Amino acid sequence: MIDSILHPFMKYPLVTAFLVVGLITWVAMVVGKKGTNNRIHGSAIAIVCGLILAYVGGKTTGGKHGIADVSFFSGFALMGGGMFRDFAIIATAYGVRMEELKKAGLPGVIALCTSLVIATVVGAAASYAFGYTDPVSMATIGGGAATFIVGPVTGAALGASSEVIALSVAAGVVKSIAVMILTPFLAKIAGLTNPSAAAVYGGLMGSTSGVAAGLAATDPKLVPYGALTATFYTGFGCLVVPSLGYMILNALFG
Amino acid sequence: MVIYGVALLSACMLVGTILGQLLGLAVGINANIGGVGIAMLILVLLSQKLLDKEMLSKAAESGVQFWSAMYIPIVVAMAARQNVVAAFDAGALAFVAGLGAVFTGFLLIRPIAALAKNGDETETAVEEGSK
Repeated sequence: MIDSILHPFMKYPLVTAFLVVGLITWVAMVVGKKGTNNRIHGSAIAIVCGLILAYVGGKTTGGKHGIADVSFFSGFALMGGGMFRDFAIIATAYGVRMEELKKAGLPGVIALCTSLVIATVVGAAASYAFGYTDPVSMATIGGGAATFIVGPVTGAALGASSEVIALSVAAGVVKSIAVMILTPFLAKIAGLTNPSAAAVYGGLMGSTSGVAAGLAATDPKLVPYGALTATFYTGFGCLVVPSLGYMILNALFG
Repeated sequence: MVIYGVALLSACMLVGTILGQLLGLAVGINANIGGVGIAMLILVLLSQKLLDKEMLSKAAESGVQFWSAMYIPIVVAMAARQNVVAAFDAGALAFVAGLGAVFTGFLLIRPIAALAKNGDETETAVEEGSK
């Protein structure tokens, strides 16, 4: 009996995910409106609910993909995966005005370069402070402080230990989750209120998922500008951190 | 037809990814550099052209707008499949490195955005001067 009720949910995992996300969003919107008097946007609450589900899923299954490792919720892997994420991000660019984009271009590029330097320095300094003082580990964890993809790419290129690579991934995941949660609260104070600032923010944070969720919960109109610069960050980081970043760290600490 | 909009979006994504991949190849890494960003630029330019020529029907537009509207739900699903446990259990080093980068980032939004505004003004001044 229970099996025949549950069967359709397992058979159509993506449809199940649509339903569950719809329910989460509905509850989050009601809570946001009535519970917090619109001070916290419903999307922010929905995203935090998602993160809590991910924690519960990870704890119960021991897997790496949050709630998607629970078979009932396996559709989350597809719905929240890179393909749909990128497809929807690109769609948000529809209706963006070219003039706004041009204005955002230069600050975005400056932010991108500044941020990669800063992330590498912060990561490398943290690495040094915790006793990983060789330039390979410092560059790898510095890469992780950029994004959780730059870290392992750097580590693999330089031959870092698997422990250090795991730490670099964790640093990147902490960063992306912190960006998701903190953005709606810090947006006003940090001046994140217009397209140029959003492009700068995207270049500074770099984590596509963090920026995507952070802006969605702050002001959906800003999403395309932030996403545009953020999507260049990881690729640029994979290029610069293992080469230039490592060479500089090696010269200073090698 | 709604599918025209969806197909337009798909074409932008695929062409953007190919160009991103080629850009990666050109600088010697096997990764896609800014493919999504390139795709967004193509969509902005192409949809503007098509709208000007009135070649994009309301139905076709809704094919793109649907996916744009699905963005936040997709982000909720994405949040639910992150490795949150690993982030919590990784210990102090990961937190210091990750959070340090985030906070410095927030501090820099205003100065860099302001820097760019000044740049804009000098640019327009130069343009006006050349006229």
